[in-house]
Amino acid sequence: MSDVNTAMVQKYRNDFLKEVEENVEEGHWVKMCMQCGVCSGSCPFGPHWDHPPQEIFMMIRAGKRDEVLTTESMWMCTSCYNCIVRCPRELPITHIMHGLANYAHRLGIAPKMNPTRRFAGIFWNNIAKTGRVNELALSLKLYFMDGFMSGIKKGLAMMSVGIGMIKTKRLNPFALISHKGVKNPKELHVLLKKAREIEDRRKGIAS
Amino acid sequence: MSEKKTAVYVCRGCGIGNRLDTDQLAKIAESEGKCSLVRQHDFLCNADGVSTIRNDIDGEGVTHVVIAACSRRAKTDAFGFDDVALGRANLREGIIWVRPDTEEARETTQEMADDFLRMACAEIQYIKQPDTNQNAGTNKNILVVGGGVSGMTAAIEASKAGYGILLVEKTGQLGGWAAKLHKRVPDREPFADPVDAGVSDLVKSVEYEKNINVFLNSSITRTSGAPGQFSVDISAESGETVTENVGSIIQASGFSGYDANQLPELGYGKSPDVIDQAELEQLAIQAADGPIKRPSDGKEVESVVFVQCAGQRSDEPGHLPYCSGHCCNTSIKQAMYFKDANPNVDTVVIFDDLRTPGNGEDFYRSAQRKGVIFTKGKPQQVSPVDGQLEVKFHDMILNDEAAATADLVVLATGQIPNSGVDIEPAAMQEVEDGGGESAAQAETETREVQIPVESILNLTYRQGVDLPHLRHGFSDSHFICFPYETQRSGIYTCGPVRRPMDIAQTMEDATGAALKSIQAVENAVLGRAAHPRSGDLSFPSFRREGCTQCKRCTVECPFGAIDEDEQRYPLFNESRCRRCGTCMGACPVRVISFDNYSVDTVGQQIKSVNMPDEFDEKPRILILACENDAYPALDMAAQQGLEYSAFVRIVPVRCLGSVNTIWVTDALNSGYDGVMLMGCKKGDDYQCHFVKGSELAHYRMSKIDDTLQQLQLEPERVEIYEVEITDIQRVPALINEYAAKIDEIGMNPFKGF
Repeated sequence: MSDVNTAMVQKYRNDFLKEVEENVEEGHWVKMCMQCGVCSGSCPFGPHWDHPPQEIFMMIRAGKRDEVLTTESMWMCTSCYNCIVRCPRELPITHIMHGLANYAHRLGIAPKMNPTRRFAGIFWNNIAKTGRVNELALSLKLYFMDGFMSGIKKGLAMMSVGIGMIKTKRLNPFALISHKGVKNPKELHVLLKKAREIEDRRKGIAS
Repeated sequence: MSEKKTAVYVCRGCGIGNRLDTDQLAKIAESEGKCSLVRQHDFLCNADGVSTIRNDIDGEGVTHVVIAACSRRAKTDAFGFDDVALGRANLREGIIWVRPDTEEARETTQEMADDFLRMACAEIQYIKQPDTNQNAGTNKNILVVGGGVSGMTAAIEASKAGYGILLVEKTGQLGGWAAKLHKRVPDREPFADPVDAGVSDLVKSVEYEKNINVFLNSSITRTSGAPGQFSVDISAESGETVTENVGSIIQASGFSGYDANQLPELGYGKSPDVIDQAELEQLAIQAADGPIKRPSDGKEVESVVFVQCAGQRSDEPGHLPYCSGHCCNTSIKQAMYFKDANPNVDTVVIFDDLRTPGNGEDFYRSAQRKGVIFTKGKPQQVSPVDGQLEVKFHDMILNDEAAATADLVVLATGQIPNSGVDIEPAAMQEVEDGGGESAAQAETETREVQIPVESILNLTYRQGVDLPHLRHGFSDSHFICFPYETQRSGIYTCGPVRRPMDIAQTMEDATGAALKSIQAVENAVLGRAAHPRSGDLSFPSFRREGCTQCKRCTVECPFGAIDEDEQRYPLFNESRCRRCGTCMGACPVRVISFDNYSVDTVGQQIKSVNMPDEFDEKPRILILACENDAYPALDMAAQQGLEYSAFVRIVPVRCLGSVNTIWVTDALNSGYDGVMLMGCKKGDDYQCHFVKGSELAHYRMSKIDDTLQQLQLEPERVEIYEVEITDIQRVPALINEYAAKIDEIGMNPFKGF
């Protein structure tokens, strides 16, 4: 358990709904759910979620803090926006799901091995480094995420696609040494750091 | 009235002239119909056509008019000659619109038209212009029973329309339940917060209206009479009784709260902090927008749980099976009492289905914005734990057992109608006394013991002291087809005595009932019928010499319009009569008739049809169609160009209840190959405009099988159908199916006898 997590538990005690309202992006919408279940029925991944959105909202109201924040459910969201389009109460469900995932991650209690979470981390580190995505480095990191042998296997399986992309100049084979980022990545790093500080301050999380 | 003179007008418009041989029709009217004056016209409903008829009535002394043109339901304004007896032969909707325009069909279509004209000519010979009802009442005052929101609203609305009102209230003050509310659910934009109940304004309006005479602490101890001439005894608590005359009555007796003591599992009675919604209103009034304190120790409530559907929408014994409609909105409102005073109070509403009629959805959203928590669950138990209350419930979203603790638990219990004595068991008792069937007896014995209920109206009708109930004790009135109408003419119900409802619905309801009661007194003064034959001047009479005093008419009249005189002959109460003819259908000796509708008017139509002999391969099917739903459905089928068999001969009847079995047996005896009866839906969800007509017809026709057997005829030759007004596609299909069936069975062997 991280210090932030402990601090939040102490701050909100049993009122998880209030915690979500104040800390999760679009969290103030959770109370407006009327439990019709259209979101769960509309989700293309619905049957694979441990807790579809309707249940997540109910669990938040019922104060089931640990179950909600440690579940893999909201990491399943593919941002198809079906639920947002259909919600009769116009809840931004996709955004709430991402908000919850992000909050759990920041508290350090999101499921460690969740592939979406790991890919998101790899992607962020990659793009934040130079300001532009290094696609070759991203793919390699993703392939070798689960170890050397599985990386080789994945690479071989995708080889023809890779060669095709190189031939049509969609992939630079020398990107590992010659990737061009933004002009001054240092300034970008300062900018991102400041943005994080502002957000943390707004959400009351000491960084 | 001077000598009878019948005129027949055959219209050639709307394609009738092209499709039918109208000269032949005219000839039939002259020779077979024995009508002295027969005219054809190219466009009978235009000014020239109408004035032709008018001139004949005024100049030629025509007393009976047959219009052979469109359906009797069309062009009623143009052909509204109310000073003569009027008959209609339906050549347009009844024939040319339902028959194909082909060479092969021409012959059978013409035969159909010939018969329809014969039928109209036969009917008109037996129709008389109705006499005026000599017993019409003239009182136009309206009695309103109940001084709650429904009663006050009805009184104010009728008073504003210029009618004198007697408003009788049982208690010492006006306002009813609404006077006990802290605030009410909002009735206008933005539907966000509870608003003032508005009762004092209503009471002021009642006092302001000079036409309204209020009787407090009073009840109705006797009601007799009929529309336009009710006589009521209004007795005050002090024992003083006044007798007043009124023209119609609005029963707005409202509801009683469900007794929450029947819900020990939900903690009622075990802790003073488990209360119902009415008790919370008292606490809220005491708190006056400040923090609400719990009854046990006066502590300010920090958490409250609302339990929806407490003892409602449940099949368990002692529970109400229905939804009371207002309680979800009421709990939302009450949760706001807490949230508005202090947003930190935990308010949880445990619901099964949240039902928020009207603009309640906006109100619901407003409560969610204020932080009221809504949990979908089934409450199982409420028990006191450590000075608080624990509500155990099954969370229906998470499918999990859950519990909530609270300082206060509010049970959303239901409405029970104040509809007075249930007269059905009493009627059953009578059947038993008369040496009734053992089945009825068994049913009476298994019936639960009823707690004696005070009568609301104390009617002196032979059918019982109060209005009949339909289901769950609510006063019978078909809430879609004919709301407010009861089975007692001139008496209307509104508000929660009719069905569960909230204030907004009640006020609308009361306005509707006020209009109906005004219509009733205005019709009564003119001696006309009320809904659904509004404006009908005819009324039943009977041939005393033939009557066997069997009492069938008095028992079967759905409206309590027939009593018995000292010699046990039927005593018709013309003003109460709705002119359905159920008595006429019931009479085994056929002595009951109306001036313009009788066993003869229909019987002669049936006999007038030209019956082809057995080897012509032209069957004849008689259709007796209820004029309320089945006949309009047939008309609409015609408008849509749907086709049906040319072998049917259709006679509209006022109600299937008016169908006397003699018509059916006569039809079969005279060679008809089949008889179809089309009436409204019967049973608990009945749509019969005369309540029991369709049901009685089904019962009577079930007995006709014996007769058919005696005649050695197939039972399929008489079929009865339930038809709705929307069955536009179904009705022609039914006819064609039946015609095919008759083809299969073969011809009626009685032809030509």
